[in-house]
Amino acid sequence: MELRTDRNEGGTLLKSVDWLTILIYAILIVAGAVSIYAATYNFDKASMFDFSGFSGKQFLWAFLSFGIGLSLLLIDRRMYEAYAYPIYGAMILLLIVTIFVAPDIKGSRSWLVFGPVSLQPAEFAKFATALALAKLFSTYGFQLNSWKNYAIAVGIIVLPILCIILEKETGSALVYTSLIFVLYREGMSGFVLFAALCAITYFVLVLKYASVLLLGIPMGMALVFIIVMVLTVAMLLFYCRSLIVARNVLLAYVAGGLLVWGLTYWGIQVNGYLFFGLMIGGTIIYLLYAMLHDDVRRILITIGFIASSVIFVFLVDMAFNNILQEHQQKRIAVVLGIQDDPRGVGYNVNQSKIAIGSGGITGKGFLNGTQTKLKYVPEQHTDFIFCTIGEEQGFVGSTLVLLAFLALILRVIVIAERQHTAFGRVYAYCVASYLIFHLSINVGMVLGLCPVIGIPLPFFSYGGSSLWGFTFLLFILLRIDADRAAYGSW
Amino acid sequence: MIGGFIVLVVTIYIVRLFVLQVGDSTYKANADSNAFVDRTIYPSRGLIYDRNDSLIVYNQPAYDLVMIPKDVQPFDTLDLCRTLKISREAFEMRLEKMKKSRNYSGYTQQVFMNHISAQDYGRLQEKLYRFPGFYIVQRILRQYNYNAGANVLGDIREVNTNDIDRDDYYKPGDYTGDLGIEKSYEKWLRGVKGKEVLIRDAFGKIKGHYNDGASDVAPVAGNDLHLSIDIELQALGERIMRGKVGAIVCIEPKTGEILALVSSPSYDPSLLIGNERGKNYAHLVRNPMKPLFDRSIMADYPPGSTFKPSQGLIFLHEGIVNLSTAYPCHRGFISGGLRVGCHGHGSPIPLKPAIQTSCNAYFCWGLKHMLDSRSKYGTTAKAFEVWKHHMVSMGYGYKLGVDMPGESRGFIPNAAFYDKIHGEGKWVANSIISDAIGQGEILATPLQIANLSATIANRGYYITPHVVRNIAGVGVLKKSIERHDPTIDKRYYIPIVEGMRMAVTGGTCRGANIPGLDVCGKTGTAQNPHGRDHSVFMGFAPMDDPKIAVCVYVENAGFGATFGVPIGAVMIEKYLNGHLSPAREAVASRMAATSTYSAKAYGSGKKKLANASKDTQVSDEQKTTSQQSEENGTTN
Repeated sequence: MELRTDRNEGGTLLKSVDWLTILIYAILIVAGAVSIYAATYNFDKASMFDFSGFSGKQFLWAFLSFGIGLSLLLIDRRMYEAYAYPIYGAMILLLIVTIFVAPDIKGSRSWLVFGPVSLQPAEFAKFATALALAKLFSTYGFQLNSWKNYAIAVGIIVLPILCIILEKETGSALVYTSLIFVLYREGMSGFVLFAALCAITYFVLVLKYASVLLLGIPMGMALVFIIVMVLTVAMLLFYCRSLIVARNVLLAYVAGGLLVWGLTYWGIQVNGYLFFGLMIGGTIIYLLYAMLHDDVRRILITIGFIASSVIFVFLVDMAFNNILQEHQQKRIAVVLGIQDDPRGVGYNVNQSKIAIGSGGITGKGFLNGTQTKLKYVPEQHTDFIFCTIGEEQGFVGSTLVLLAFLALILRVIVIAERQHTAFGRVYAYCVASYLIFHLSINVGMVLGLCPVIGIPLPFFSYGGSSLWGFTFLLFILLRIDADRAAYGSW
Repeated sequence: MIGGFIVLVVTIYIVRLFVLQVGDSTYKANADSNAFVDRTIYPSRGLIYDRNDSLIVYNQPAYDLVMIPKDVQPFDTLDLCRTLKISREAFEMRLEKMKKSRNYSGYTQQVFMNHISAQDYGRLQEKLYRFPGFYIVQRILRQYNYNAGANVLGDIREVNTNDIDRDDYYKPGDYTGDLGIEKSYEKWLRGVKGKEVLIRDAFGKIKGHYNDGASDVAPVAGNDLHLSIDIELQALGERIMRGKVGAIVCIEPKTGEILALVSSPSYDPSLLIGNERGKNYAHLVRNPMKPLFDRSIMADYPPGSTFKPSQGLIFLHEGIVNLSTAYPCHRGFISGGLRVGCHGHGSPIPLKPAIQTSCNAYFCWGLKHMLDSRSKYGTTAKAFEVWKHHMVSMGYGYKLGVDMPGESRGFIPNAAFYDKIHGEGKWVANSIISDAIGQGEILATPLQIANLSATIANRGYYITPHVVRNIAGVGVLKKSIERHDPTIDKRYYIPIVEGMRMAVTGGTCRGANIPGLDVCGKTGTAQNPHGRDHSVFMGFAPMDDPKIAVCVYVENAGFGATFGVPIGAVMIEKYLNGHLSPAREAVASRMAATSTYSAKAYGSGKKKLANASKDTQVSDEQKTTSQQSEENGTTN
């Protein structure tokens, strides 16, 4: 019915919509539902489309999401632009309401229950936040050049984060931090992004390897020092373009490293604090000297990076050991998945690695996975769905899935860059950022590379909210993209 | 930049996937041990029948409680203790003991408690779901229809570390044959284990058979054994040997089938079943009479005069004597200051009467003439080697190859042996003359003596003696049962048979003269350092179509005629007639009631036997070594 009434508009829409994205979307969504069938396959029950089973429901959600996608495509782009703030406001309101009305499900209060159907507003707040951010950046004259503007942009991002944290759904809240990529694309200094990545890495390393010793100091700290040393050389080389200084520092590091290795080999214990102190302290002194003939500002920034890294590491270490109580330390360690806890969080990751590792090159075949079927991997149809693919489809299948995601993300970035308006571009980058975060964290967690943060794998993990949330994100993008020509003449 | 970031991340993840899935195979093994449970299905052990198809040994189910330590989850210990009727301390002790075992592994099935009674099993079965990680395994215990033949049948025991190391078939808690044919036919009796591959979920719940049971393997029951033993004859033999130490061996000459293989004292095979086994086994081991020592095939005895027919055969074959050659006997063999005593009979005496009367002098002269025959052999040593060669061909000095574990080889010295004792070339016939009458260094097992009897009965050949006639589904093990033709010309057996017949009709074996059975026999009265002479009888019947060859050996019982002959007669009559005449029954009862137990021999320890019976395998090796090192003490 709708199609017929909008025939004219539909005609151009069919030509201008990005079919490649829809294709990848369709592939992922079908593969996802089939994976859920495999993950929840019970030896006695069979039908893939039985609506009482997980896969049946997922097929229903998937079918409905095509309808939703189609509807979203039919809504004029101006509507999204015009109602961006109201939508955002409504969503924030919904998130806040949810905090109070949602029942406690496994410790989280993020689900709105309507009879048999439950919805997670946090998933839908994603597209609303993206719209709001896009709207903000498309405001005439808006630039990331003042504290005030920064504050507004960050405020738009932080507001849903706060709400979702209050819903005790930390994983979903963290997703919004990925919008830092958007800020970076829209003019935020790369240093902020760089510093953020460094801070996260340091934090995790220091805490994860706090109890193992290397050269008499906690290994996490030693690893951070080594990273700082590598990054110093890289900064000198690519940022300061001080080739000679970079070479000298590198030679000093290599010589120092060899010396320590040799001494340890001959049985002489080297004090790690002393070694790294000498290395890094020496570097700073040498760089102060290097300022005499090289770019002062850039070298100062490099020194600042080194100094703040070291200070940060000690702060984290001190805060963790001296300020926090033991049970608090433990909780942080467990939440981050860095404490060895094979019966708790560690159990998931361990079983997940076993399941994936047992897949081999081509996998055990559809429905032949034993680890996932026999419920060795918890949350196998939701957060750990990638295990099923790993076990049953093997290296080939899981690589193909990763490549499909990569293709989708790169396609979204391509779409972003071909937008003529800040609105379209910012919105598209929001979509790309969400996808990047979900993919990296979810797959990284399943592969045992990232802390266990409970967020779904888009299109694969069981659940209508997540699927519809991403459907909203993608199809609004497709509609905005389809209309880009109309706005391109500006 | 952002695109580059995600490309980098995906690349790292693909590398990680490669490492996990292609590079490292431990995850696969982990996954399998996670998800699959191989549960062994034990086959039924082969049954054992006697020669008349009477069932001797059969199976009864037993239940073992096993655990896979890694699967055990916290459970109500007291509940389990109550169900098993053990104390908390006993529970801890069992756990402790299990963990100390060398085969202990947290990932494999460990026996927590075996032989659970049927009632306890029933109650445990109901509650088992409360004790995750514990399973019940059904195993097989033996059950015996007759209190006889324990030495032949052997028993089964739980495998030890050595068994597990030696044979992949065994897993901790399995059973294996320990003695007798249970041991020697273990490979056929045990069958092939089956297995079911079960799928287990993360909660330890069994979800069914993998592949709908396509991977399951049904067990194959062990092969039944049909023995040549006549269980009634065996039981009779054990009965009449009561109170006496020794052995009876009965062989069907034509086939080499052993009809009875009695070792006395005997024991009830049911003693070595199940939970009582450990206690009873220790008891049997400590018993100074060494009931576990199967004297019929393991004991090395001086054969005494039963050796004489073999000497007659050699002398005839070597042309040392002919049937009319007569040697003087003036109450003994007197030569060069040496005297071997004899008893009163006519002199000079030719071969057949010499056998009839068991004349020592005749055989001493025969051997002396043979060894002194320089013109024929060159030296004493060379002559002795010829003699030894004949003896070996008659089944002495080496294992006969009976299908039972622990057979002894007896002892036939060679020239080198005497060279070592007396110095090379420094010994003459007189030095070793008692060999001629089965004394001296000569040692033989009752089986070897019975085998000589069978050889003579066959007029010149024997078949490897064996107790298993047929393995159901496999047949006869032809490879190990062979015809052997000793080096003696067959015609010389005729006079020997006649001499042995004369011994029964009018000589030393008159007590074996059963009307209508034409028994042939030879007594032996073997001197030994442990007390009274051993009473020995060797014979066969009927003379013209021998159906049974017998050796009876009774330690420290005096003359061969007093115990050996009547016991031999009882065995022969029972087997050939199927029943005992009233007179013979009276003899049997009298024999059964008479004890000849020698306190001297068994009171304080007869070293050889004491060492021997701890473990038959070891004792056999020990003896072999001691013989090879030629330190075996002379017995006269």
